[in-house]
Amino acid sequence: MSAAIAAAKSGVEAVVLDENERPGGQLFKQIHKFFGSREHGAGTRGMDIGRQLLEDAEKFKVEVWSNAVVWGIFGGPQLGINYQQKVSKLEAKKVLLATGAYENSLAFAGWTLPGVMGAGAAQTMINIHRVLPGRRVLMVGAGNVGLIIAYQILQAGAQVLAVVEALPYIGGYGVHASKLRKCGVPILTNHTIKEAVGEDRVERAVVAEVDSNLKIKAGTEKSLDVDTIHMAVGLTPMAELAWLAGCQFSHIPELGGQVPLHDEDMLTTVDGIYVAGDLTGIEEAHTATEEGKLAGIAVSESLGYLGNQEALLLKQEVRADLKALRKGPFGEKRRKAKAKIIEERKSICRGP
Amino acid sequence: MPGTLKTTGILSKDELMESPGMPTKERMEEGPIAIIECIQEIPCDPCVEACRHNAIEIGEDITCLPRLIEEKCTGCGICIADCPGQAIFVVDLNYSPEGSILMIPYEFFPLPTVDSTVMALDREGKVVGEAKVLKVSNPKKNDTTPVISLLVPKDLILDIRNISF
Repeated sequence: MSAAIAAAKSGVEAVVLDENERPGGQLFKQIHKFFGSREHGAGTRGMDIGRQLLEDAEKFKVEVWSNAVVWGIFGGPQLGINYQQKVSKLEAKKVLLATGAYENSLAFAGWTLPGVMGAGAAQTMINIHRVLPGRRVLMVGAGNVGLIIAYQILQAGAQVLAVVEALPYIGGYGVHASKLRKCGVPILTNHTIKEAVGEDRVERAVVAEVDSNLKIKAGTEKSLDVDTIHMAVGLTPMAELAWLAGCQFSHIPELGGQVPLHDEDMLTTVDGIYVAGDLTGIEEAHTATEEGKLAGIAVSESLGYLGNQEALLLKQEVRADLKALRKGPFGEKRRKAKAKIIEERKSICRGP
Repeated sequence: MPGTLKTTGILSKDELMESPGMPTKERMEEGPIAIIECIQEIPCDPCVEACRHNAIEIGEDITCLPRLIEEKCTGCGICIADCPGQAIFVVDLNYSPEGSILMIPYEFFPLPTVDSTVMALDREGKVVGEAKVLKVSNPKKNDTTPVISLLVPKDLILDIRNISF
């Protein structure tokens, strides 16, 4: 959305295709106030940032096609799409892939029982569909996703019996952890889920302590009386279209796995194909929208809607924002990993 | 490293005292003042703009810790609802001979009723005493983060951070 708006602002005809009912990705289920800088919407709830994007899209005449599935990408670039019950091809001068990510899962005994689900799925149920998936919850993973969603589960009126985290420390922000702790929710570091027990749905969970190799320590098992187990154990970039397009990838664990290489304009190794957001490495909504904006400006420039000098100034501004967002101990790994993507692409693609 | 925010999710006394958002004891004695319990360098700055008295400074980088300028802070509490981390509280230590005022963000339904007595919880969610609800403030600018003013025992002003009823 942010790329389309940035491009449309300079006169580019932009179309957003989204397989969901409405675009905006995960923003509409983010009911909490965002971090980041005030001038870029921090302190504003994610869902309100989403609404603002929809308004801006309308204002700058971005066309939005919802329930539009992109199933293929061909030279040209051309997209194979399924929209309004019709399968067709759509030609574009430039394509930006911002397909996001999917939730990782964890295999343990009983993990196929109803009641075991991704934390993001629970968040969709609660905040979009207004349905509580369970009353007594175990959250697996104390990264920001696990912490934030556990808190929203409390807000929705259910109980969170514990958050378990296999690492010896809490990966997410301390302030998110504190919000849970002061509501009496224990965060068990060095702990993992061992088993989900139940006849035809989750009736309890067995958690256990792990050693430094993440192996379960025998005899440390504890039973928790829960009806739901949510997994917040990381995300993986949804890269299928980028693979189909023939983009070159690199495996960068800090960013969630295989990510398409891109340059400082978010251009991949394939001419005309740009990428932005979690597809290029798992971060958060703020960096995703900034990357989109960067790609949108670059697209405008390459199509001649922006002069090089004008585009450069705009791009520098966004790059400075991105740099600032990746500062500090929580951004360090991502900052280095993102620089690596650009470096690797340089070594493959020479020239402009 | 046992007992830190990073390992437990609870700010330790040492971490709190070393925080650049923690006012001095002398300043707390004087009247209402904010306590900014933000000790991790995360990219976040809404508190700076929230304060009309320029009493919160971050510095050049958005990840720098917020610093409380205690001479400028009036303890108005306008920053409480603007902190996405719900990490800002306001205390009026010497409100009355019996008790102090503590202002906390509270994003749950139902909201407590004014004049009711509620259980006061510490950073671990444990009941440590009682608190009287003096005010429930939720103007539009709070963007649905109500701020609750509580009358609490003086000696628990740095311990109480939540309520239950």
